[in-house]
Amino acid sequence: MSGTPKVAYVRSDMLPEAPPPPGQAGPIKWLRENLFAGWFNSAMTILAIYVVWSVLSGTLPWVFNGIWDAGSLTECREIRNARGLDSAACWAVVNERWLQMLFGFYPTDDPLLARLFYADELAAAGGAEMVFGGGFNATQQVAFISAMKDEISNAAIFFFGYWRPLLALALLVPAIAPVLYSNLPRSLLIFSLIYPFVAFFLLWGGSVWLPTLVALGLLATIMAGRYAAAFVGSLGGFFVSLIVFLAIFMNPLGVVGIDGLFPLLPQLNGELTDAIPLGLPFIASQNFGGFMLAIIIGTSGIVLSLPLGIALALGRQSSMPLIKWVCVSFIEVIRGVPLIVWLFTASTLLNYFLPPGTEFDLLLRVIIMVTLFASAYLAEVVRGGLAALPKGQYEAADSLGLDYWKSMRLIILPQALKISIPGIVNTFIGLFKDTTLVVFIGLRDPLGLTNAIRATSEWNGIYWELYIFVGALFFMFCFFMSRYSMYLERRLRTDHR
Amino acid sequence: MADISDQPRETFRISMLLYDARYRSMTIQVVAAMLIMLFLAQLVDNTVTNLAALGKDISFSFLGSTAGYDINQQLIPFTSQDTHARAALVGILNTLLVAVLGCILATIIGVFAGVLRLSSNWLVARVMTVYVECMRNTPLLIWILIVFAVMTEATPQPRDFQEGGTASMILWDSVAISNRGVFMPLPIWGEGSGIVVAIFILSIIGIFVLRYVARKRQEDTGQQLPVLPLSLALFILPVTLAFFALGRPISLDYPVLGGFNFQGGLQVRNSFIALWLALSLYTSAFIAEIVRSGILAVSKGQTEAAFALGMQPNRTMQLIILPQALRVIIPPLISQFLNLTKNSSLALAVGYMDARSTLGGITVNQTGRELEGILLLGIFYLITSLIISSAMNFYNSGVKLKER
Repeated sequence: MSGTPKVAYVRSDMLPEAPPPPGQAGPIKWLRENLFAGWFNSAMTILAIYVVWSVLSGTLPWVFNGIWDAGSLTECREIRNARGLDSAACWAVVNERWLQMLFGFYPTDDPLLARLFYADELAAAGGAEMVFGGGFNATQQVAFISAMKDEISNAAIFFFGYWRPLLALALLVPAIAPVLYSNLPRSLLIFSLIYPFVAFFLLWGGSVWLPTLVALGLLATIMAGRYAAAFVGSLGGFFVSLIVFLAIFMNPLGVVGIDGLFPLLPQLNGELTDAIPLGLPFIASQNFGGFMLAIIIGTSGIVLSLPLGIALALGRQSSMPLIKWVCVSFIEVIRGVPLIVWLFTASTLLNYFLPPGTEFDLLLRVIIMVTLFASAYLAEVVRGGLAALPKGQYEAADSLGLDYWKSMRLIILPQALKISIPGIVNTFIGLFKDTTLVVFIGLRDPLGLTNAIRATSEWNGIYWELYIFVGALFFMFCFFMSRYSMYLERRLRTDHR
Repeated sequence: MADISDQPRETFRISMLLYDARYRSMTIQVVAAMLIMLFLAQLVDNTVTNLAALGKDISFSFLGSTAGYDINQQLIPFTSQDTHARAALVGILNTLLVAVLGCILATIIGVFAGVLRLSSNWLVARVMTVYVECMRNTPLLIWILIVFAVMTEATPQPRDFQEGGTASMILWDSVAISNRGVFMPLPIWGEGSGIVVAIFILSIIGIFVLRYVARKRQEDTGQQLPVLPLSLALFILPVTLAFFALGRPISLDYPVLGGFNFQGGLQVRNSFIALWLALSLYTSAFIAEIVRSGILAVSKGQTEAAFALGMQPNRTMQLIILPQALRVIIPPLISQFLNLTKNSSLALAVGYMDARSTLGGITVNQTGRELEGILLLGIFYLITSLIISSAMNFYNSGVKLKER
């Protein structure tokens, strides 16, 4: 007898872990918690399923039964009836007209297309000089090009016929990347600075010397100011760069009635263009259109309005009453009136305000107006960021002995802009969407082109397909911008939450 | 220590205008003022020269001359014999009508969508996210055109409403949605209807008085009055009694199909519906985001604190959460109202006769007075905006957290 009572059963090893009950794990648990928690939640789920189902069952067959290959809306309907379908989208219009929706009436590079795809026919017609050159026969050219355009696929026209806007858009990516992503090498920023001139040259064409000289002139202005500042102080440097700028871009002696050597830029441009005629065919602004126009106006507006908006926000906070008053009235007046009225002003009234005889490109006027409009909204957003900073930050910058610009650049603005990122990006998205309003002053934006397409006899009466196409393009861009702003917010967040 | 004399008084030198912080701001402002005046003078001079070259002058007398065009939607009587000023007023009223109705509908949809986006129900939250993102990331103009196309292309023609036709009126045969617009019953204000309306307004005032009395009574004595049933009774009973006692002075004029179009009733044009719905849907997406962020901005500790004090959930919402959330919500909400009002100028796309289309459109085209027309139009929008934003500032200063 050992003294220990006999125990009937003692477990000597652990039980294996049992799986949770069926209702407490996996998809069923998820369903119970997220879709069927209580009767109200379940009712909402069923209602939502009904709504989603009724929307999708109405649209999806229409979308996926869509007819891609037809020459006109009537043909589309015939194909649809032949297939025995109730409703089917007529995507053929997008298939046929997507190049026009993207580029408007921007001309294709016909000589290049002909050389690439119709070398034999071109030779038979007398060579490129004969068809496209100075001594061409207009009817012969039109006949040749229209025959050519019918047979080359849209994709080939897209890549080779529109290589200029495409290249400009492709170069936008490396130009904008170092601005968007700070882990790229800083030396890439030089390309970002050159890019506007490259894009101008590619899009508008003309002599290569004009954008080159403008870029060099601006460089000379800045360098002269910097160099002079080392000797005569910052204010003297400013005056030197002002004089250089006037000499290059304007005629300072014109005030006293002397026309001569100045301004340097047009003189040099003329000489160089005569001596070395390098360039692309010039394309006037009224040929620009389609989604390309939205991107041009949107991008220039975004790039130009940010510095202006920051300057206005700082001006509104200024301790100098006059500066403050000017900035406040500018911001309030611009914000108080709809963009469409401003665009109308730009298109009809600006001629009254400019010196008599000034000719001004409509696209340029629109870009300026859109920039001013967006900068007033940006100023309010940035002002919110400035106001949200604790007062201690301003005082700390002062007590470090930084002057106004240094304290703004190094202490205040980096923090204020970080706070305002969502608002800034929202303003940019708004600006990009507002580029559709240029249709009201006669520019051919994508929505204007839908009207133009509907006005043709083939596609008379087609609505949804075109609107969906345009809407999807805008959605892509705006959605990317809003996701980027979320990424930026996350990356710049320095507090530990 | 009397022999320590004062520092020699610094004499003023010209360079101090630039390098002395006391004078520099003055210098900058004087230079800026001169530049601004130069710019304005140049502007005025150019304008005068250009106008003179065109043989024009600046005059607002065109406002008094006969307009000579018709406006298809009028809140006040207007014929083509009336003046341009009255045409502008009709347009302004149309703008205000669509703006006010748009703000109301946008707020309703927006609050709904914003609250549902925060729902714990996964599907509902996702559906609302898709709605908000689709609306926010596509231009308003597309939505206006799409709704307009739905109204004109996808709705039946009036003749389809005939006996045996393919379409039928909804809501007990009173409302017809057709491609010529929505036709609905129009109230006819007969003899004595003024009294009914007056009684209705009085009963609304009565409800507010009742609420005030009830609150006062609760604060003084702790007794609660049944406010909701009393308010409902006050809302319904007096008006119904007066309506029948006066022999039903208000009747409805129903739209009836006559020939190829509806006769009688109230015709709401498709242009108005397209603009109103598109503006409301588009703005509601922004309002939904505002509402969502406003609710998220109230920290969870506030709810927990209220529960710890023993408050009921609805009292918590009413007394703790909403006042704090509203402080975050109201300012951006008002600025969305402002945006909606300004966006209503897109009426041009569907031919709705708002201020932009009458004053800044047909009047300008007919009289050739672009400068004056656009100036007046701009002033109208500016005044509207300033009124709304000063109302917002007034509210803001009222609810602002009182800090140092």
